[in-house]
Amino acid sequence: MDKHFQRTNKKKQYTISILSVLLVSGVCYSISDLIGYRVVALLLLVTVSLISIFFDILPVLIAAVLSALLWDFFFIPQKFTFLITSAEDVLMFLMYFVIALVNAVFTTKIRQMEKIAYKQQEKENTLKLYNTLLNSLSHELKTPISTIIGSTDNLQLMADKLSELHKHELLCEISKAAFQLNRQVSNLLNMSRVESGVIKPKHDWFDMNEVVHDVLNNLKDQIKNKPIQVVIKENLPLFKLDYDLVFQILYNLVHNALLYIPKYAVITIRVNCRLDRLNIVVEDTGNGFPEDEIDLVFEKFYRLKNSSTGGTGLGLSIVKGFVEAMNGTVRLNNMMDGGAVFTIDIPSELSYINLVAQE
Amino acid sequence: MSHPQILVIDDEAQIRKLLQITLHSNDFRTIEAIHAKEGLAMAKHNNPDLILLDLGLPDENGYSVLKKLREWYTKPIIILSVQSGEEEIIRALDNGANDYLVKPFRSGELLARIRSSLRGFYTPTNQINSSGLVIDTSLRIVKKDSTLIKLTATEYDLLALLAKNEGRVLTHQYLLREIWGPGYISQSQYLRVFIAQLRKKIEAEPNRPEYIVTESGVGYRFVLNENS
Repeated sequence: MDKHFQRTNKKKQYTISILSVLLVSGVCYSISDLIGYRVVALLLLVTVSLISIFFDILPVLIAAVLSALLWDFFFIPQKFTFLITSAEDVLMFLMYFVIALVNAVFTTKIRQMEKIAYKQQEKENTLKLYNTLLNSLSHELKTPISTIIGSTDNLQLMADKLSELHKHELLCEISKAAFQLNRQVSNLLNMSRVESGVIKPKHDWFDMNEVVHDVLNNLKDQIKNKPIQVVIKENLPLFKLDYDLVFQILYNLVHNALLYIPKYAVITIRVNCRLDRLNIVVEDTGNGFPEDEIDLVFEKFYRLKNSSTGGTGLGLSIVKGFVEAMNGTVRLNNMMDGGAVFTIDIPSELSYINLVAQE
Repeated sequence: MSHPQILVIDDEAQIRKLLQITLHSNDFRTIEAIHAKEGLAMAKHNNPDLILLDLGLPDENGYSVLKKLREWYTKPIIILSVQSGEEEIIRALDNGANDYLVKPFRSGELLARIRSSLRGFYTPTNQINSSGLVIDTSLRIVKKDSTLIKLTATEYDLLALLAKNEGRVLTHQYLLREIWGPGYISQSQYLRVFIAQLRKKIEAEPNRPEYIVTESGVGYRFVLNENS
C-alpha cells in the first residue's frame, strides 16, 4: 500500500484532497438542516484525517485549510461570513490544523519505518540471491576445476603406476571438465550481455533448417542415443533475424531438456511460421515442471527446488533475454500428460524467395 | 615442404607452449613471437609458411597487424581469438585472414585448418574428390557416386568456389560478391537458397551436410572427406 501511494503523483494527491473535501462539504451542506454544524465539523475532520493517512503533508494542509474555511463560511451560524463568535467554534476551527499536522507527522514516521523495513527486506533478498549464485557458481565452477587439478596431479605424480586405461579415463575427465567450464563461462558472459542491455540483434536472412541442424550438430555429444524429433513445416520461408541469438535460444532449450528429462523421454523440436512470426516449440515427454515454479524458471539463477543435475540457472534466463531482445515472447507450459512445452514466438520479416527461386 | 615453418604470434605463454607441443609433434617447425612488433619482424626475417596470429595482442590491435602483414605476406594467416562474435571473425577474414579458430579450440581442429590452408596454398588442382563426390573444374562437371549431377550455372560456380577453398571458411559477403557480384553483398537470401538447393543435390542427408558445412553466422566451409 505504501508503495502504491508513494507512486500516486503529486498532482493527483492535490486533486483528490481538494475534491474529497468539496464532496463531503457539498453533501453536508445539502443535509445541513438534518445535522448540526458541529457534526459537519466532525465529518470534515474525519475526511482530513483519512487524507493525511495516505498523502503528503502539503495536500493534507491544503485540505485542512479548505475544510476549515468552508466550514467557517458555509456552516457556522451567521452563514456566509468568516465571523466566529463562540469560543468552542474557534477551538474547532483550530482543531483542523492540529489534527492535520499530528496525523501528517505520524504518517510520515510510519512511512519512514516502512521504507526502512522494505530496504532491509530487499537487502535480505539480494543477499539470498547472491548466496544462491555463489553456491551454484562455486559448485559449477569448482567441480570441473577440482577434476582438472586432481587428474593432472595423478598423471604427473604417479604416471608409472597408472594403467593405460586409467590414464585415458583421466584425460577424458579433464577434457569433459574443461568443456563444462567453457560452457559456464559462456553462459555468464551471455547473461552479462542480457543484463547490461547491450544486445543489438544483427538481422540477416537465414534458413531455420540450418539453425536446427547446426544446434543438433553442436549438441551431438550430449544427444548420443536420446531421440530428438524434428518437425519443420514444409515450405518454411526465410526469416530475417539474428542467427546467433536464435541459435543460442534453441541450443539452450534443447540442452536444458537433455539435462533434465528422464532417459525414456523424447524431445521434439517444431518450427513453424504463423503470420509474420517465427514459431519454435521445444517439447519433451518428461515429467514437466512443478506448476508453482513455472513462472520462476526464467529468472536468473533460479533452479528447481528438487533439481539435482548441475547448472547455474542461467540457460533459460538467457533464452528469455535473447527472445526479448528480438521483441519476441517465450512461454512454458506443461502438457496434459506430463512433459514440458517451451513456445517461442518472434516477429520477423519473411522471404519466400527460397520457394520460387529457380534459375 | 616436409616440415613447414609456422610463426606463432601470441602473448599468452600457456597458449604458445600448447601450440608448440601440438605443432612439433605433428612435424611442423615453429618460431614464436610474444607481441606484434616482434611478430612483424620475425615474419619479415623468416618468411614462414604460415602464421598463427592472436587477435588480442598487448601492443597493437590484431586487425592492424593483419593489415601490415598482408601488405607483403601472401601465405596463409590463421587467426586465433577469444572472441566468438561473428563480427570480429568476419572483420578478420575481410582483412586478409585465411581462417580462424576461437579459443578454446580442439587440437585436431587446429591441425585440420593448418593442413588445409597449406594444401590450398601449394596444390592447385582441377579435380576435387571427396567420398564419392567428384568436381572437375576443367570440364565443369560434378559427379556423385559416378552419376552426373545436374547443376545450374550458379549452383556450379558456388560449389566450385567452395571446393577450391576446401577446408577454409568463406564468408557470406565473400561468396555473394564472387558469385553474384558486388551489388549483391547484402542479398544473403540468395545465398541461403542456393546453399539449400546444392545440399539437396549433393548431400546424402541435406539436413546433415557433410560437404558444405555451416559456420554459424560467418559463412560456409567445404569439407573434404579424406577417409573415402
